[in-house]
Amino acid sequence: MIPFYLFGAVAVTASLLVIGQRNPIYSVLLLITSFGALAGLYVLLDAPFVAAIQIIVYAGAIMVLFLFVVMLLNAPHEDTEEDLARGIAAQSSAKGTLAPDTRWAPAPGVRVFGASLATLFVLEVVWALTRRGGESGEFARAPVTSVGAIGRSLFTDYGFAFEVTSVLILVAMVGAVVLARRERPSAAKAEPGVGRPHGRHPERA
Amino acid sequence: MPTLDHYLVLSAVLFAIGTAGVFLRRNVITILLAIEIMLNAVNLTFVAFGRALGSSDGQIIVFFVITVAAAEAAVGLAIVIALFRHRESLNPDTFTTLKW
Repeated sequence: MIPFYLFGAVAVTASLLVIGQRNPIYSVLLLITSFGALAGLYVLLDAPFVAAIQIIVYAGAIMVLFLFVVMLLNAPHEDTEEDLARGIAAQSSAKGTLAPDTRWAPAPGVRVFGASLATLFVLEVVWALTRRGGESGEFARAPVTSVGAIGRSLFTDYGFAFEVTSVLILVAMVGAVVLARRERPSAAKAEPGVGRPHGRHPERA
Repeated sequence: MPTLDHYLVLSAVLFAIGTAGVFLRRNVITILLAIEIMLNAVNLTFVAFGRALGSSDGQIIVFFVITVAAAEAAVGLAIVIALFRHRESLNPDTFTTLKW
């Protein structure tokens, strides 16, 4: 019981801090902490395979992708209302000619609305769970911990889904490359043999 | 020993944190991170139910969810890079070209 509460507390705290941070790099690192705690919970649930892929794929690959993008874009700080208000105060005191960019400041009730919606969701789910009958109490049945059993099921019963997943990964990879590619006007001149220039909008840098 | 209900309540709390993050944050990358929190909350539910039913299907579905999450993160981050290149901003409220 103690490990469950320990891992659960770490996961919830780290997730809350992910939401609370203003710098996305801290958010990503805290989310890796949360994923580690969830991997511990998977171990408690007799699912070591899921715990391993949680660490290797999620924390190791996907979060590193996020880190790369955060560091690539180099625009870490989020414009909050406080920053905008401070900008207005600084502008008015300095008698600046340029008005601060307040166009995109969120409406004052938006944060309260989001927080109350999330709280309502928790209450609703807890209420639904307490009224739920059937499977409850201790985990009575024998767990499936063997990676061999999971693999056999994955390649027989779920074989079609597995192959479709590989196509999905390929499409996502091609899509990511196409979306993030920088379109250069010089690409057309670099290859004089090619009839039409590369990219959909070669005039745009 | 923790019961199934413990895991379901924890999962609900994590999912609500992710929902709140999508609503509260003003940064596209943080919103994507909040979506990852929600996906992980659902994964925890799948593993807990699979454990309660004594079946391996929950773990296999988590495998597929992680695969789809990887694809979603790759495409989503590529869109973020393209958006930042055109708008010099990560605030989703500034992407209003389609709003008239």
